[in-house]
Amino acid sequence: MTPAAATATTNAGPAVVFDNVYLGFDEGDILRGVSFSVPARETMVLLGETGTGKTLTLKLAAGLLKPTRGSISVLGQQVSSMSENELLRLRERIGFVFQEGALFDSMTVGENVAYRLREEHVKEDEIEPRVQEALQFVELEHTADQLPSELSGGMRRRVSIARALINRPDIVLYDSPTAGLDPVTSQTIISLILRLRDVYGVTALLATQRLQDGFALANFCFDKETKHVVRADSAKGAKEGQTAAATRFMVYKDGRIYFEGDPQELSSTKDPYLRRFLV
Amino acid sequence: MAARSVKNLATGPRYFQDTLDQMDDIGVGSLPIVLISGFFIGAVMVLQTGSQFTRFGQAALTGDIVAIALVRELGPTLTGILVAGRCSSGIASELGSMLVTEQVDAMRAMGTDPSRKLITPRVLATVLMLPLLTALNDFVGLLGGCVASVFSLRLGAVEFWTRAIKALDFADLMQGFTKPMVYGFILATVGCYKGLNVRGGTQGVGRATTQAVVLASVLIIAADLFLTKLALYLGDKLF
Repeated sequence: MTPAAATATTNAGPAVVFDNVYLGFDEGDILRGVSFSVPARETMVLLGETGTGKTLTLKLAAGLLKPTRGSISVLGQQVSSMSENELLRLRERIGFVFQEGALFDSMTVGENVAYRLREEHVKEDEIEPRVQEALQFVELEHTADQLPSELSGGMRRRVSIARALINRPDIVLYDSPTAGLDPVTSQTIISLILRLRDVYGVTALLATQRLQDGFALANFCFDKETKHVVRADSAKGAKEGQTAAATRFMVYKDGRIYFEGDPQELSSTKDPYLRRFLV
Repeated sequence: MAARSVKNLATGPRYFQDTLDQMDDIGVGSLPIVLISGFFIGAVMVLQTGSQFTRFGQAALTGDIVAIALVRELGPTLTGILVAGRCSSGIASELGSMLVTEQVDAMRAMGTDPSRKLITPRVLATVLMLPLLTALNDFVGLLGGCVASVFSLRLGAVEFWTRAIKALDFADLMQGFTKPMVYGFILATVGCYKGLNVRGGTQGVGRATTQAVVLASVLIIAADLFLTKLALYLGDKLF
């Protein structure tokens, strides 16, 4: 697909569409009839208890798993019916940040970030500056020669983000990017996600158990002038109460979507199950 | 998976550097164990066979028999089992660890086919290196046998080597260097299969590592029977 055709596809319709998707294993169905769509440049926050299918949703969107029923469309292409070879090409436009980073532990940080560029046979003299740029984005330019085992958990997540954004993907999938991290490091990760969203305009699906991550994405934005994260309604030209680039929430329960809506709807809900996430 | 690892050679992308790295790890890395074992196996073979031949006054035949046994059978099979123990387990544990830490998924998410990147280089490297390791094992085995025959059987070294080389013909060499290629294919594909099908986290990785060695070793010994039968049949027909 040419870049122009790719852009046309992205602009023509939603970036991600799940239509009545089921996914099961030996134990039975985990996802049962999941249907949603994510417009381009929007962020969808997937909330739910452990085992409700948030990670599976992300893996289905990336084509790493195939649904047992239903269809999935990503950037206008039917991911659920594509062969693995066809998916390899589509994944050039998708970035995936895995829960524990999933860095290649026998490679240095620099080699990890450069991995995709080397796979695409980008010229060596072009790789180094792009790797440096990506590492500077996550403020880890000094770690290029270190191995992942020498980094903290938060640093590994940041390297994982750098690796995911190296070729400016249209969609980024985040699997619990702040899981197991302290509040300060979690804030750093969320700030990076905000920067990625507001600087590059990526569409994002973020699976998390932390509601505050979702509200941070909804209520804050990255100010390109001051280069700081600010409240969305305090950014230049913003109206009071305005939220950042469209952010919606989806809450899973028993493999189904229990709630889908914007932050205001979620925060004002009286549903007892949803209130548990707001505590 | 085994068929796909071969089919991947026909089209790109091919991971030449990864194959070289694996050849270094599997080939050069296995040298010490193969050489040391080969030396002692050759020496033991001479002691065992020599003691029997001495009873009939035919100690001089020891070199012939040890050479044939080493080149046709013991060299390939024992090298295969030794390398299975070292490399099949290593492959299973490395790939299993990558699987449980989502590195394989990360590879797929970044547009890499894991069978091309992980499996084919390992299979190709093992198939190429095992015959070379076997050749070295055979040579060092004969060296060990020579030492044992000189010091235990009081045979001359020149006599031992001359008889050993003369006893071997082309059919023996064909058999002795074709078997390792098959064994290499077996042990690499078993290691890759077990590693990439790990279930149960790190405990599963441990189980897969053990199962890879056991399965590879058993399959090598079973394949030996069929390959030997085939080789002897073809040897009669062709040579």
